[in-house]
Amino acid sequence: MEKVKVAILGTGNIGTDLLVKVMRSSHLECSLFAGRSKDSQGIARAREMGISTSTDSVDAILRDPGCCDIVFDSTNAESHLKHALVLGKLGKFMLDLTPSKLGFMCVPILNLKESLSHQDINLITCGGQSSIPFAHALMVSCPKTEYIELASSIASKSAGPSTRINIDEYVLATRKGIEHFTGVKRAKAMLNLNPAEPPINMHNTLYMETKDEPDIGTIRKNVLAVVEQMKRYTPGVHIVAGPVYEEGRVTLITSVIGAGDFLPKYAGNLDIMTCAAVAVAEEYAKRTDGKGAKP
Amino acid sequence: MKEILIIDSTLRDGSHAMRHHFTAENVRSYAAAAESAGVKVLVVGHGNGLGASSLQIGKSLLSDMEYVSIAMKELKNTKLGVLTVPGFGTVKDDLEPAIKAGAEVVFVTCHCTEADTTQKHIEYVSSIGKEAIGVLMMTHMLSPEGLLEQAQKMQGYGASGILLMDSAGASLPHDVTAKVSALKKGLNVKVGFHAHNNLGMAVANALAAVEAGAAFIDTTMRGYGAGAGNCPMEIITAVLHKSGYATGMDEFALMGISDGIVAKFMKKPIEIDGVRLASGLAGVFSGFCPIAERAGARFGVDPKEILMELGRRKIVAGQEDYITEVAIELAKRKKETKK
Repeated sequence: MEKVKVAILGTGNIGTDLLVKVMRSSHLECSLFAGRSKDSQGIARAREMGISTSTDSVDAILRDPGCCDIVFDSTNAESHLKHALVLGKLGKFMLDLTPSKLGFMCVPILNLKESLSHQDINLITCGGQSSIPFAHALMVSCPKTEYIELASSIASKSAGPSTRINIDEYVLATRKGIEHFTGVKRAKAMLNLNPAEPPINMHNTLYMETKDEPDIGTIRKNVLAVVEQMKRYTPGVHIVAGPVYEEGRVTLITSVIGAGDFLPKYAGNLDIMTCAAVAVAEEYAKRTDGKGAKP
Repeated sequence: MKEILIIDSTLRDGSHAMRHHFTAENVRSYAAAAESAGVKVLVVGHGNGLGASSLQIGKSLLSDMEYVSIAMKELKNTKLGVLTVPGFGTVKDDLEPAIKAGAEVVFVTCHCTEADTTQKHIEYVSSIGKEAIGVLMMTHMLSPEGLLEQAQKMQGYGASGILLMDSAGASLPHDVTAKVSALKKGLNVKVGFHAHNNLGMAVANALAAVEAGAAFIDTTMRGYGAGAGNCPMEIITAVLHKSGYATGMDEFALMGISDGIVAKFMKKPIEIDGVRLASGLAGVFSGFCPIAERAGARFGVDPKEILMELGRRKIVAGQEDYITEVAIELAKRKKETKK
């Protein structure tokens, strides 16, 4: 089967990790790796691997619109707003890894098929991508829940300049994602950066406030089912503690250990984004039958 | 005579000691007293700042905006301050409404190594003509050179001052001297210091900061704050006067507020018990103490051991969820060694 061509915008750590995953895919091939910075290490590495590169970012696709069918955007929220306008007109299928809150929010285990009929797919945030499936399982177990909260900790080293400058966007997009997928009335998301050495793994604590004592056995069963489904595309997802119920709240602590493709293993927060994005792109590629036709 | 600015964070750091349950009347009466005592800046809101009221850290009795507007009604000459930590509070949901309601000074805060998370918040505050102070927390975890580098970033974003927080009360006076001196030398903006008393050093550290060139000290009345409490406002004022500095405040007026208002709403006296001393030794955030006590009681583990382990793992402020996790692990370990 012919592979579907993808372009990667953003040549930082996430872009490079995407590149490694795309190169391994039997459905995708990277035809363009583009950014803005002339001295990007990512560009230099991609060139060494024989990948076509550009420092003209989205303009490189404008010049040669036939170069790709799928575009991964790992730049930043502000840039994606501009890219989406241009790429939308060209009919590209976009996977947005920035917290732009622009496109159709996708969490593969919850709405992969539905996502494929949209053109601009937003992967929300790392906290959202790793925790919304669990928040959804908690909500299904206790439908009367009125409040869900997520506290995430990531290693400082795994938070690049875009993550840092987009920290408000992260908080707002994660909260929006939790509310959207669970239907809960009110959600809250928080992010801690921890500089410890060796770096910490991504760590997510979900709290669910509930008036009635829930059936913790059912919650556990639902949560374990989520782990199994998520492992299909992000093998490093696991439960650290819980679910436990005390003082009117259910607590569940999970973690993501990265695959260690390009990013180090502690950067599970980035791995889950690139894993989810590639999973959606592969599904899209399978449907287009390698010919770029719309699914 | 050099004048030192005394910031009053009783209604912010004191929130930890109140388990985040300041009542409207607590805030109203304290703010009115602060105004009449000539307090320059009064900081209010959740102990971990705007937007931090949560199951993770502790839910506030009233919303940050309620605290802001109750205090604001009592203030005329005293400026209202708020604190926020990016990752918890956002410009849109927290800073915009607080400033609209009257906040004039914003303490934009982060762990001491993460200054670049504060860029948008500091830029926003200074762009609308309000005062942004960059705050570095847990400063015992970073060298003077490292702190200077982070502080310079904040200065570059537009901060009009840098506040070093000894959030774990883990510093000794010579550490404070070295760090404040480094910042004083390398920055163009004023430097401040915020102490915790876990090692009994809060007043000594604040004085060391002033002698090294700090222009402002962040305090709480009667030391009412997280863990072993802060540098007490009335004491440092008296100490500074005795050391030949001016503060523009009257220590006797402050003593009146300390005894007449704070002593009456305090949940319990601020003291350095074993858990709080251990928190200082471990170098973990002072606000962790009551949570470690609860987790210790629940899982049958000494809270001091929990804090020491959190210190070894270099857990930072905001990561309260690790407290219970560590308690569970220590309980498991204890059970295994018994076998």
